[in-house]
Amino acid sequence: MSALVSVVSLVLIITFIFANGLPFMIDYGIGDFLFGQQWAPSPDWTAQDPKGAFGVLPMILGSFYTTIGAVIIGAPIGILTAIYLAYFCPEWLYKVLRPAVNLMAGIPSVVFGFFGLQVIVPWIRNSLPSNGLSMLAAMIVLAIMILPTVISISETSLRAVPSVFYNGGIALGATHERSVFTVVFPAARSGVISSVVLGMGRAIGETMAVQLVIGNQARISFNILDGIRTLTTNIILEMGYASGTHRTALISTAVVLFFFIILINAVFLILKNRGESY
Amino acid sequence: MKKQSHSGSTNSLIIRWIVYLATLLTFGSLLYILFFIFIKGIPNISLELFEWNFNSSNQSLVPSLINTIIVVGLTLLFATPIGVFTGVYLVEYADRTSKVTQAISMATDTLQAVPSIVYGLFGMLFFRNTLGLGYSVLAGVLTVTIMVLPLIIRSTEEAMISVDRSLREASYGLGAGKIRTIFQVVLPVAMPGIVSGVILASGRVIGETAALIFTLGTAPNMATGLLQTGRTMAVHMYVLTNEGRNVDKAFATAVVLVLFVIVVNALANWISDKILETGAK
Repeated sequence: MSALVSVVSLVLIITFIFANGLPFMIDYGIGDFLFGQQWAPSPDWTAQDPKGAFGVLPMILGSFYTTIGAVIIGAPIGILTAIYLAYFCPEWLYKVLRPAVNLMAGIPSVVFGFFGLQVIVPWIRNSLPSNGLSMLAAMIVLAIMILPTVISISETSLRAVPSVFYNGGIALGATHERSVFTVVFPAARSGVISSVVLGMGRAIGETMAVQLVIGNQARISFNILDGIRTLTTNIILEMGYASGTHRTALISTAVVLFFFIILINAVFLILKNRGESY
Repeated sequence: MKKQSHSGSTNSLIIRWIVYLATLLTFGSLLYILFFIFIKGIPNISLELFEWNFNSSNQSLVPSLINTIIVVGLTLLFATPIGVFTGVYLVEYADRTSKVTQAISMATDTLQAVPSIVYGLFGMLFFRNTLGLGYSVLAGVLTVTIMVLPLIIRSTEEAMISVDRSLREASYGLGAGKIRTIFQVVLPVAMPGIVSGVILASGRVIGETAALIFTLGTAPNMATGLLQTGRTMAVHMYVLTNEGRNVDKAFATAVVLVLFVIVVNALANWISDKILETGAK
């Protein structure tokens, strides 16, 4: 019985989000909704009397850019840290650093956002031509937030590589570094990639931390010093006061977000199942 | 693993320094965040923050602290049995190849990936509106219960799989039935792993904001009943930060919040160390 709770919950979640969000998307036109460049919500929109504009393209691009940016900054640092923990770290230090990674994963997102607002935003404001509340600030905060995910899963898959691989490299005359990077690392590739994919999932779904630092202007911009808005922050910002069609449109935003999450999760599961086994 | 102490080529040396640098960046940023919160936050902790009732001049965090404890306690009360039984079912009873098991496993994986804001919206639509619970402790608790389920299921599964086969066989050999074996032999041995999963789940609830803001609400009062609204510490901190008027209070709340998380993590760590010890015996 209780085993089915998770299945039932998932079905309920999908049903409720889609049943409340999809009809509006279809009424408004899925193409217009997904590729509309203007977000000027009105609670009184009806198909007969279209008021306002509900284009979520700025938010889709916003989520996309910040996620990619966070991965570009965070993934290399996370992967290299995992390599350090698995192959360079002395035992006594590992006993300190491993719990530190877990602690990092446990820090509430609102604390990350607060830190971003108090430290990273002023730093960008003072050193770059920007008011600080920007895509760049969100990318940096998210990069820090995905580190524990990337580190944990990468480290597990690096450790899963049999020591024969490493020793073989050493026996052929490679240095420790060369053996780790050219023999062990490629063997753990699929695990490392799936850690990055999972990190992307975390980044695209993050709400609070991003909302506090990103500026939240619903516009399309390619400049990382501009403030923009993501799918998640669009919901959290406006849900508090939205009514009528506006409210429905925000649930439709969640449908789009949900779709991206399922896509990322599917990629992750495929990678996980394809993972090399020794 | 024995390292080669002097790497001959400069390439290896450069690579080694890049690895060191990345590690330094990771743990440097963690330390920076912790020190920043503590150094800036501790001077802002004052007695008035701990007054029993919230008002606009003291911005007391006591009501939200108590709400947090209520929400965490109730969530664990719901989520632990469901999660542990699901884990037990998946490990002990389920046929790995059956459609039902695969569905449960996939649902658990997907639930783990769903962002908390989507949980928040679902809680708003289902618990708050459809079931008519309104902004309430119950709506908030039920929402985060679903959210932490996958975590408890997965840690139960892992803990039970790691229990030595010979223990089960010894139990069967002594004539115990399946249920007896599971509850008297396997579960007690797996308990530390399950408990540390449950503790990590409470850490997630303590830090949760997005899923609670539309279900539990943001009222700064203490929730005195299941159908009362309130706010947890994390929500309290989010509201203070967003208002931007009481940043000093937000700093102080951050200190308390981070302390909670550190204690929770230390507990989970201590317990999983215990598993390693008993495993070594």
